[in-house]
Amino acid sequence: MRENWDEFIKFFTSLKLTVVLLALSIVLIFWATLAQVELGIWGVQEQFFKTFFVLKKIPGTEIPVPVFPGGYFIGGLLLLNLIFSHLYRFRFTWGKSGIQLTHSGLILLLLGELFTGLWQQDYQLRLDEGVEKNYSESFRDQELAIIDTTHPDYDDVVILPDRLLAKRGGKSGRAEVQHPKLPFRLVVRDYYPNAIPQTRDQVPPNAPSVPPTTMGFGRDFTVIPLPLSYRQDQSNLSAAVVELIGPDGSLGTWLLSAHPFVRPQPFEYAGRSFELSLRFARNYKPFSLKLLELRHDVYPGTEIPKNFSSRVRLSEAGAQADREVLIYMNNPLRYGGLTFYQYQMDSASGYSVLQVVKNPSWMLPYVSCILMMAGLLIQFGISLFGFTKKRSLTAATATATAAVATSASAQPPPAKTAKPRRTR
Amino acid sequence: MKRALPLLVLALAILWLANTLRDHRADKQLDLEGFGRLPILANGRIKPLDTVARSSLLQLQGRQRVQSGSGATLAPTAWLATVFFDPARADRMRTFEVVHPEVLTLFNLRPEDGDSGKRFSFVQLSGGFPELMRQSQLAQQTDTAARSAFQRAVIQLHLNLNLYHELKHTLAPPDSADFLGELLNFQQNLPAGVAAVRARQQNEPYDEAAFNAMLALGTRFDTLSTASTLRPIPPPSGSANDSSHADWRTTGAALLGTFETGLVDHNVLAYAGLAQAWRGQKHAQFNEIVRLYRDQLQTQFAPELRKTDTEARFNAAAPFYRSMLLYVLAFVLAIFSWLKWPDVLGRTAFWLILCAFIATSAGIATRMWLEGRPPVTNLYSSALFVGWGAVLLCLVLEALYKNAIGSVAAGLIGFSTLLIAHHLSLGGDTLEMMRAVLDSNFWLATHVIIITIGYSATFLAGFLALIYILRGCFTRSLDRPTAAALSRMVYGIVCFATLFSLVGTVLGGIWADQSWGRFWGWDPKENGALIIVIWNAIILHARWGGLVRQRGLMCLAVFGNIVTAWSWFGTNMLGVGLHSYGFMDAAFWWLSAFVISQLAAIALALLRPISPQKTAHQ
Repeated sequence: MRENWDEFIKFFTSLKLTVVLLALSIVLIFWATLAQVELGIWGVQEQFFKTFFVLKKIPGTEIPVPVFPGGYFIGGLLLLNLIFSHLYRFRFTWGKSGIQLTHSGLILLLLGELFTGLWQQDYQLRLDEGVEKNYSESFRDQELAIIDTTHPDYDDVVILPDRLLAKRGGKSGRAEVQHPKLPFRLVVRDYYPNAIPQTRDQVPPNAPSVPPTTMGFGRDFTVIPLPLSYRQDQSNLSAAVVELIGPDGSLGTWLLSAHPFVRPQPFEYAGRSFELSLRFARNYKPFSLKLLELRHDVYPGTEIPKNFSSRVRLSEAGAQADREVLIYMNNPLRYGGLTFYQYQMDSASGYSVLQVVKNPSWMLPYVSCILMMAGLLIQFGISLFGFTKKRSLTAATATATAAVATSASAQPPPAKTAKPRRTR
Repeated sequence: MKRALPLLVLALAILWLANTLRDHRADKQLDLEGFGRLPILANGRIKPLDTVARSSLLQLQGRQRVQSGSGATLAPTAWLATVFFDPARADRMRTFEVVHPEVLTLFNLRPEDGDSGKRFSFVQLSGGFPELMRQSQLAQQTDTAARSAFQRAVIQLHLNLNLYHELKHTLAPPDSADFLGELLNFQQNLPAGVAAVRARQQNEPYDEAAFNAMLALGTRFDTLSTASTLRPIPPPSGSANDSSHADWRTTGAALLGTFETGLVDHNVLAYAGLAQAWRGQKHAQFNEIVRLYRDQLQTQFAPELRKTDTEARFNAAAPFYRSMLLYVLAFVLAIFSWLKWPDVLGRTAFWLILCAFIATSAGIATRMWLEGRPPVTNLYSSALFVGWGAVLLCLVLEALYKNAIGSVAAGLIGFSTLLIAHHLSLGGDTLEMMRAVLDSNFWLATHVIIITIGYSATFLAGFLALIYILRGCFTRSLDRPTAAALSRMVYGIVCFATLFSLVGTVLGGIWADQSWGRFWGWDPKENGALIIVIWNAIILHARWGGLVRQRGLMCLAVFGNIVTAWSWFGTNMLGVGLHSYGFMDAAFWWLSAFVISQLAAIALALLRPISPQKTAHQ
């Protein structure tokens, strides 16, 4: 048992493991960089880095096979390697303090990336000039909202996330939802993760057919399903056909689309007013932002953008916050655990899009950067000092002593005696 | 004699460099230098006409010299003056480089029709314009990354013709034989014309001829103002001097302003006077107008003129070109020092490298002052700076070791990075305005500088390793002390490279967190930087772990060259990502050739045993 444990420790503290893992990580990163041309940045993150294995389908089948260790696998082992080495192999000496500081910074950086991967949430906040808004929207996730607008003072909203819409199951092969707040049941008849609305009379003849619907927008329009896009500058706009069924039978079928030009579709039932809409998933804040002014300057006589900035009013009733903020490139607003970045802008149409990021571990890279920088500087300083001292001592004799090397973290092992040569 | 050689060569090099700063006139009769120093607002900044001439010529035909019809060579400013003032003659000069044979077919031209088989005149090309426009429009519908060589060539030629068109419309309408006369006439008839326009607006009887003349001129000036984005006309005196220079105007816009002010802008008149003097070959008059115009600008635009003067002088001195020659010379001398006279030749090479280094430093410093920015702002300046950093490290190595290895590496890296920079400068003016996302001097001065020094150091380690491999395989000059010294140098430089590339990459992450909301996004350029860090870490850990010895260390360091070249240029060729600021594809073949050569060096080191001699071979 003890022997096994020693073997285990030896494996996880070995420098060979470090080198092999680093080499594997280079291959992974290089491969992922090339794959970006096809998959786009999101696809690469999912398939190469936020995974234990890179999976590829066997040609001609749908069976995925792991072909290479993924980011979590390599990163995790590196982290173990680092931690074990520090626990079992390294003795603290002043001569190596820089290396140890650097390594602890690296551990923190790897952890920070892990936490970011787990906890970071990205939203966008599109502000039209003069309009106040207290929610941001997801870049990619969409949701079906059933809004009860009966009460004049507030709306009662039931939300179905898009993964529920996409789920297979139920009698129709799709999801069915019964919610205590709703006097009807919702049945998903069809779901398209990416589709574009089109008037019925302009559908190209070879387009895949979508069942006609009886209510609202779908009476004049249909959607044309498209393949999923992984491009960074495009978002997939989902569409769904849903049927509402009350105790007395069907209320009808609706065509829903997340395309921005499709408005919420109102209807009345049982003396109450409802609206149906498929939209980008919303995240409400306790505060609101109002876009006062946006600027997009270019250098005179060119198209080169000089500056993008949004002047907004930030107000939160409970926190007594009511002030103007200028958000521009390289100068985000940090408020309430969120960071607001200038993301896109269309000064002609008068709207500005802010990126809203929630990342509780955002400080970690800063701390680890300071640790690593300090560590490397210390180590480099020690080496340089040792080097110059040694040189001044042995300037005359050109010995082969690796002056820089001797003072660096780990010495090369003593040369092995008379290595047996392989027979040719 | 032998012992005085280093000092003699040093003195000659200094004299040669100092000579470039002296004023000398290309043309004894015409003050082309004074003309070249006049300011113009182009691509968002005030620059001398000299820069417009040089960068336009580089973009149009890949070199700054122009061959006039009679075989004489024209200075860039003389060519620009011809384009401005005598466009019909400039149209016949062969200044458009067209290499792609299928593009030539569009114009029914063969390589033999051009100067050096590839340069053609505007007149030669003019027959094929409609077809070129059509092809260019077709090509622009294709995604940038998917365009064929033909499509890229067509679009480039279209852009070049647009540039030439703009230049021709910068100071006067190209069809005007006597613009000065036209303007004086306009000034004289202006009161009557304005009266006619007013009368017509009030529905009163008016002078129809005067009205129509005004209308025609208005249209003519309006056309002129939209035909060019270059703004040579400074704002009228007395107006607040706007730091963004948005109030500099095109000639057309300034002339349209006449209808409000009632007076033709005197700057426009000055240039029209220059045009007349140029055409009439009245040299004294040309020089006098340049002098008077400049004196008048001096009162209001002294700071701008100080910059344009310096820039014009910087252009003429060409410090990077001269340094390139010095690097080559030093490289050759240093190589020879391994065979003969190690001390004398080695020292000579060191002094030459130092001269070239000082000249490039001065060049980079001038660019920084002109731009008001840290040294690295685009791919071009990164090439300058990578070379600068590597040469600086080489100078330190050479001062310590005095074995000419530092000088050989400095000569090679200095020359190659300046050559790369020269090819990058063919895209146009290299002092570009910063896009909003990059507009942060703090991050440009920290992240970009540090990561670029990381590139320098990684390249240097790789080149030192190449010296080890080539000397070990092909010569008997690699003795044990030298091999040990090289090994120490490579190791030290790799440590240095790890420090800078790691810190630079992490700082880049923090900048990304500041401007894009994420510390790390797996963007190609970020991945490239990360690979360099990891590769340097591999070299260090492999050595510490005893996995590699001297030869293995050298092979790893050579592979570092490939890794760095990929990060520097390869990632830009993918055409994806937020960082892809310099897409260039001709370089793809060069990059591949470089990668293959490095792999060959590694294979050589692995296949042919290198056994350093016990004593130096004499």
